[in-house]
Amino acid sequence: MFPLLLLFLPFVSALLLIAMPGKQSKYIAFASSILSLVAILVSLNTLRLDSLSSTLAFNHPWLSSLGSSLSFKIDGIAMVLLLLTNILFPLIVFSTFDREVSKPKGYFALILFMQSALLGVFMAADGLVFYIFWELALIPIYFICLVWGGDGRQRITFKFFIYTLLGSLFMLVALIFLYQHAPNHSFALQDLYMAGEGMTFIQQSWVFWFLFLAFAIKMPIFPFHTWQPDTYTNAPTQGTMLLSGIMLKMGTFGLIRWLLPMVPDAVSTYSTSVIILSLISVVYASAIAIVQVNFKRLIAYSSIAHVGLICAGIFAYKEESIQGALVQMFAHGINVVGLFFICDILQRNTGTDTITELGGIRSINSKFAFWYLIILLGSVALPLTNGFVGEFLLLNGIFQYNAWFAAIGGLTIILGAVYMLRSYQAIMLGETKSKTKAFSALSKSESLLLGIVAIIIVVCGVFPKLILDLSALEVKTMMNALWNSKL
Amino acid sequence: MEQFIPLIPLMPLIGFAVLGLAGNNISKLMAAIIGCTAIAVSFVFSLLVFNAQLGTEESVTVTMFNWFEAGSFKVELAFLVDHLTSIFLLIVTGVGLLIHIYSSGYMHDDIAHNRFFTYLNLFIFFMLLLVMGNNYLVMFIGWEGVGLCSYLLIGFWHKVDAYNKAANKAFIMNRIGDLGLLLGIFLLYTKFGTLNFIDIKSHLAEIQVGDPTIVVATLLLFIGAMGKSAQIPLHTWLPDAMAGPTPVSALIHAATMVTAGIYMVVRSNFIYSLAPFTLEFIAIIGLITAFVAATIALFQNDIKKVLAYSTLSQLGYMFLALGVGAYSSGVFHVMTHAFFKALLFLGAGSVIHAMSGEQDLLKMGGLRKKIPLTFITFLIGVLAISGFPFTSGFVSKDEILMSVFYHNKLYFYIAAAVAVITAFYMMRLLMLAFFGTFRGTHEQEHHLHESPASMTMPLVVLAILSMLGGLVQLPHIYGGKPIFEEFLNSIAPTLKHEDASLAMKEWLMLGVTCLGLVVVYFLTKKFYADDKFEGVYTGFKKTLANNYYFDEIYNTLFTKPLNFISQYYNAFDRLVIDGGVDGIGKLVNWGGDKLRYLQTGYTGFYLFAMVLSIAAFLIISLFNLL
Repeated sequence: MFPLLLLFLPFVSALLLIAMPGKQSKYIAFASSILSLVAILVSLNTLRLDSLSSTLAFNHPWLSSLGSSLSFKIDGIAMVLLLLTNILFPLIVFSTFDREVSKPKGYFALILFMQSALLGVFMAADGLVFYIFWELALIPIYFICLVWGGDGRQRITFKFFIYTLLGSLFMLVALIFLYQHAPNHSFALQDLYMAGEGMTFIQQSWVFWFLFLAFAIKMPIFPFHTWQPDTYTNAPTQGTMLLSGIMLKMGTFGLIRWLLPMVPDAVSTYSTSVIILSLISVVYASAIAIVQVNFKRLIAYSSIAHVGLICAGIFAYKEESIQGALVQMFAHGINVVGLFFICDILQRNTGTDTITELGGIRSINSKFAFWYLIILLGSVALPLTNGFVGEFLLLNGIFQYNAWFAAIGGLTIILGAVYMLRSYQAIMLGETKSKTKAFSALSKSESLLLGIVAIIIVVCGVFPKLILDLSALEVKTMMNALWNSKL
Repeated sequence: MEQFIPLIPLMPLIGFAVLGLAGNNISKLMAAIIGCTAIAVSFVFSLLVFNAQLGTEESVTVTMFNWFEAGSFKVELAFLVDHLTSIFLLIVTGVGLLIHIYSSGYMHDDIAHNRFFTYLNLFIFFMLLLVMGNNYLVMFIGWEGVGLCSYLLIGFWHKVDAYNKAANKAFIMNRIGDLGLLLGIFLLYTKFGTLNFIDIKSHLAEIQVGDPTIVVATLLLFIGAMGKSAQIPLHTWLPDAMAGPTPVSALIHAATMVTAGIYMVVRSNFIYSLAPFTLEFIAIIGLITAFVAATIALFQNDIKKVLAYSTLSQLGYMFLALGVGAYSSGVFHVMTHAFFKALLFLGAGSVIHAMSGEQDLLKMGGLRKKIPLTFITFLIGVLAISGFPFTSGFVSKDEILMSVFYHNKLYFYIAAAVAVITAFYMMRLLMLAFFGTFRGTHEQEHHLHESPASMTMPLVVLAILSMLGGLVQLPHIYGGKPIFEEFLNSIAPTLKHEDASLAMKEWLMLGVTCLGLVVVYFLTKKFYADDKFEGVYTGFKKTLANNYYFDEIYNTLFTKPLNFISQYYNAFDRLVIDGGVDGIGKLVNWGGDKLRYLQTGYTGFYLFAMVLSIAAFLIISLFNLL
């Protein structure tokens, strides 16, 4: 029953919130997100005690004629993403605390709907259910961007919507195709796995590329990424946080749960091509990030680079690199939300996110510069920050796959430092400029939020086992199954 | 002793945390006391640990916790203390402590004094992790951590954009090396399935000398060392790093951090010894760096730049030693260099302090009477680095030269030439700064003063160490005993050369050294002590003064192309990729627009289309076309 609880908590809160006065919306949303966090933390213990615990699964017949049932499960792999989601939601809601939000009812209700949908994606154990939640997640973020976004939002949001919807259609086709080959005509995850394994190579290939396209657009990686910088720049801060912090992990999560074990032969054939594509993504996006003058676009491109490395690591299909991918997804979610919050504060104080107009903030507000520096270090993967372990394991796994690939992917170590330090220098260091002269002190809630992000960055860097241990068993099982199926 | 080992890095970490949290809420004095105490306690523990190591060949491993594991990869946060570590512990905490004390005087008037101590403590913490880790990954934590501190301290005066650029450059160039180091680490892991120093060592028995994997792995690791220890071609960040406050130059960019590359190679010496190709490569890189940097130092007018290029050159010397298999000589030179180069940098700091911030040698002159204590200690530093008989620098250089002599005669002559050039540019510096007449402004002259005791005390201690530090490794013929080498022998055995004429060669070297120094003294005195010298260089001298235009060449070869590629990608992304996506969208729109005309509204047309379609389906299914 527990998955249902997780799903319904934000959903019911959202309905409640609509019934209450708008002034209280953000507090209700915050309370709800904290409850969700507590719930997931409690379930951590259950998972630790018994990874096959039936309380963490839910199965109820639904469309029996179609062979689909309302089926959810929380295993270690899902847990990493669920934990990330439920840690980020309180932070995302909290980031609005000393800001005015217009039409708060709709805004926070949509955010909570979004949470339900995302949790559904990560817990789904049935192909149809997965698809439904995948699409459900698109609706709230679409409205968030459309109603609360910046100038030109209609065009940008429309493009984002159509683009990702197109990807999902390919996924739907692939899922139905799998379903037709499933032994007992069912959408259950395990049956779909069996269906995939039983397919001919050509059939597997179709499934592979159709699914991959959907996930590649979502992550996104080169060349399916162009919806992303515009959308990130245009969406309201919380929308950007949702998109970059959690939503893009739907893609990488999808690869691990819905692609790798599904069509193992196709994976082993096409992994090299996909890794090359991912590495192009890494270098290409890093290079572009270097010359961005808009801070949000810079983060957007750096995000493409990071996700590219995660994708490459997943397709190296080593236990190390998959674990690295999971821990890096977690780290990236935290860091990117921190970075967009930095951006939000910059914008509130100076009215701009063009880095060439900023500068010298450190002389005025050294605490702000310090928080930014910590997040930056996480982002450039300094050891003892959360970014390091993931990047290390990913590159190590890619190295085992092909040493040259690791050398190319490793360029992110250099290029990441180039664009992040460049932004730090331009924004924080040097002499103050007209727009930064009046930079104010951080509010209490701003300091608190940045402090929490910084603490997570350091704690996860020093004790990465907190995250790695969650998924260790499942990843091992999955990889064993994957290797066995090939023998 | 084991219980003290974790406390050694813990003290500066606590110091960092306390100073960081307190910020400017505590007085400068309080901050300096906290900062110095943390290092002092570490130093005491290091002494205890060193003392315990003196009596044993056993290394001690202390495991803190399991850092992370994934699949078969597992790494612990654990410390390894053996003879090599204990020497570095003493250098890092000992010289570190002196520089902390010095900083309390030097940085006293700086508004960000407390922040400075915060960074310094953090640096010592990471440096200790670097030399204490029992595996490559813990070493890598320290490695990156000291890089961060170096970045923060080079850009310490963060309002000046040139300093910030220097800081960025240092970090990024180091990252280039770090990529090599990381790849080397991956390769070692692939080969041995572990990153533990001791475990890897135990796997080496079955490996042939010259094994290609080992050669590649050692080369990759060495790329990391080239970045951190500023060897050609990754050296250009170090001269720029002089933007940082002078104690930073002394501590990080002379005595400790930049020797991390040497530490790493010596720590991995059992692997390097299996890769003669790599060792030869190291020797050549070291030799080139030693020579090139020394020639550049001849024409620098900024007092700190002279010392920076001198550091490059001396680091090259150390690598040369490692390359010819004289590991303990390399480490010994790390130690003596830490003494005399820290002394020289701190002395330079004292000069700069006295000169109200002036760093241009051409504006100094005649300072020996104004700041006598600084002069005397600086003189000792110059003598030590020039290899004046029986100073620490003499002993360590002499030993390296001897080993090089047995390895390759050509290398030996170049290395000897470097020693002469070194003596020359250091004497030149001495003459320009302390002899002749004062050439600065009247105001500067008015302010000239000897530094406070907090600054001169470390100078005196370092001067004594620079003078006497060689005694622990004095060759037999002078009545000494190679205690240092014997101490390191269990970790990094140095190649032994049997030579009947050794004593004769030693005496010859001593004679030549003395003669050389006298000649250099008179030459520099003639050229530089009379205030009549050229300050602006032309022709080849200008090329040398400008670091052989390395920066300009890199700018053309790498920085500009990278920028161009980035700009190109950026445009490509907008026009081609995004344009393509929009194009597809437009195509769909256009197609819809055209297909619209099929919706004629005539039932007859629809019926006709339907019949046609059914017929088509029938034909297809009849003939099994699909």
